[in-house]
Amino acid sequence: MQERKSKFTSLSGFDINRVYTHNDLKDWSPDEQLGAPGAFPYTRGVYSTMHRGRLWTMRQFAGFGSAEDTNRRFKYLLQHGQNGLSVAFDMPTLMGIDADNPLAHGEIGHCGVAVSSLDDMERLFEGIPLDQVTTSMTINGPAAVIFAMYLAVAEKRGIRHEQLDGTLQNDILKEYIAQKEWLFPPDPSLRLITDTIAYCTEHVPKWHPVSISGYHIREAGSTATQELAFTLYDGLTYVDAAVKVGLAVDQFAPQLSFFFNAHNDFFEEIAKFRAARRLWAREMTRRYRPNDPRSAQLRCHAQTAGCSLTAQQPMNNVVRTTIQALAAVLGGTQSLHTNSMDETLALPTEGAVKLALRTQQIIAQESEVTNSVDPLGGSYYLESLTNRLEEAAQDYFHRLDDMGGMVRAIERGFPQREILDASQRYQHELERKERIVVGVNEYLEPEERTIPILKIGQEVEHEQVARLSDLRKARDSFKMAGAVEALQEAASCSENVMPYLIEAVKAKATLGEICTALKEVFGTYREPVVL
Amino acid sequence: MAVASAPLRILIGKVGLDGHDRGVKLIARALRDAGMEVIFTGLHQTPEQVVNTAIQEDVDAIGLSILSGAHKTLFRRVRELLKEQDAEDIALFGGGIIPDEDVATLTADGVKALFRPGAPIQEIVAFVKGLKPQG
Repeated sequence: MQERKSKFTSLSGFDINRVYTHNDLKDWSPDEQLGAPGAFPYTRGVYSTMHRGRLWTMRQFAGFGSAEDTNRRFKYLLQHGQNGLSVAFDMPTLMGIDADNPLAHGEIGHCGVAVSSLDDMERLFEGIPLDQVTTSMTINGPAAVIFAMYLAVAEKRGIRHEQLDGTLQNDILKEYIAQKEWLFPPDPSLRLITDTIAYCTEHVPKWHPVSISGYHIREAGSTATQELAFTLYDGLTYVDAAVKVGLAVDQFAPQLSFFFNAHNDFFEEIAKFRAARRLWAREMTRRYRPNDPRSAQLRCHAQTAGCSLTAQQPMNNVVRTTIQALAAVLGGTQSLHTNSMDETLALPTEGAVKLALRTQQIIAQESEVTNSVDPLGGSYYLESLTNRLEEAAQDYFHRLDDMGGMVRAIERGFPQREILDASQRYQHELERKERIVVGVNEYLEPEERTIPILKIGQEVEHEQVARLSDLRKARDSFKMAGAVEALQEAASCSENVMPYLIEAVKAKATLGEICTALKEVFGTYREPVVL
Repeated sequence: MAVASAPLRILIGKVGLDGHDRGVKLIARALRDAGMEVIFTGLHQTPEQVVNTAIQEDVDAIGLSILSGAHKTLFRRVRELLKEQDAEDIALFGGGIIPDEDVATLTADGVKALFRPGAPIQEIVAFVKGLKPQG
């Protein structure tokens, strides 16, 4: 019988056969390629019981307006059954710029919460027991500064550093590759990352100092293969940097975590999570020979694909998110964020976020998919996809090795160009209707139904600017200047900057002041334009 | 007899602090492929830089991408600067995460068109072509 299309391809461009059989897995050995759950190479999951033992952490990324606004949203989410916090910062904060810098005008509190000083951080976590929640902070360029603020808030409340648990995104390589929010050139940025890793091994042992992120690479238009390859290679780059400054791999590698996208191609996405675990286990073992098995285990957070959502017929986004979330769960994620249906229009409303959280709860509690570990393992199709993704990622590894590593590849614009080309291919497929997006290139509706939108008032900016001005007036400026000077000295030699950052934030140096001081030492970066 | 007119010159760039440049790059490529001269500014441009470049490069239109929520402030500032520089003949359009209400306000303020996630690229190309009737 005639098929609907002459060719069937996965979202990442793999040709897909009509049916998969044992012939597609000829040299495939379950012992070598799968192992048991919780055993090398961890294809089936990093824990033996997986979601039978503990469900994934439901962690909704949240942040908007002032510290008080976001603090209220955190409490709302915790009250509705969420069990971990995840902070979204606004653009000025992500770029290390204070709210009263002219460049921040119009951006304050819009796509996250504004944090310019230790006082803001204190208000953000007011009434939240930092020793009982786990906190994830999506911050990269100024990650070390924001982390210092978090540590200082805990200290002030009498919570010891070793009690703190959470994650700092702190992944600068994917910023150069995809998200484009950097402050300094790659080399000093890597040094800040090894400083945070080293500080955590000694003082904040439960903390995850880097969350190696493919999410943004995928959102920038990459394929699943590129997301997998570039992310894992970024991870190896951080391991390498930390080993080079004298840390033993088993001291820090168990605390590294990953962050992946959960996109539309259901089976390809599940395969991606599985391939990621196997590839990480194999590469870590081959390259660094760790003694602690946890050093080779890939733990991850996942988020459904923001870029797959549409402004047209926004309620359809709930359905897309459900399918993507299910893929992440079947892929064995440790934690998950589900996007809200209104995120192509603005930051999500309370109601939309609750529906997104409920989506996870329904998957967890009603679908019964958590009953068995890696339930799709052994499927001819899924195992073939897992193999192909792993092989394709390894090809990229060889090319990156040949270029002299990721930093050199970034300077040449290599990953950036690969992603842009992939993104353009996909766009052409949409325009030729080789791929259908409901409500966008098929099943259009003339009248769009409107949904409620979250608005950020102008007063957030005014208040934030006023607060910062008060802080500058009230602080001991000599003490502040001394702390910043000491920080610059530490940054100019190879001393770990973390203790100096903590002193500087305690002396009420602002985020912008600290980042400017560090730019004086480290310099700035302009990307090669890839078009 | 048709007279070959000069190709449209379009400035494409990102104002403000956000670095989400997937869409803007695809649009820059698409306009270039459609035969236009594209001046691509790259990331993190201020309204002042954009307007200065637009005037120096003598462009017909400015297309800006903003995904951080700062669209109201930034598009208005660019319009103001164009007015101050007596360069209101340069058409301003853009795209991003922009709610209906803001689309209405900004178009009333003189932004010619705003495109949102899911907008077909060919629609954007057709819009830009339509800015200057070809001889």
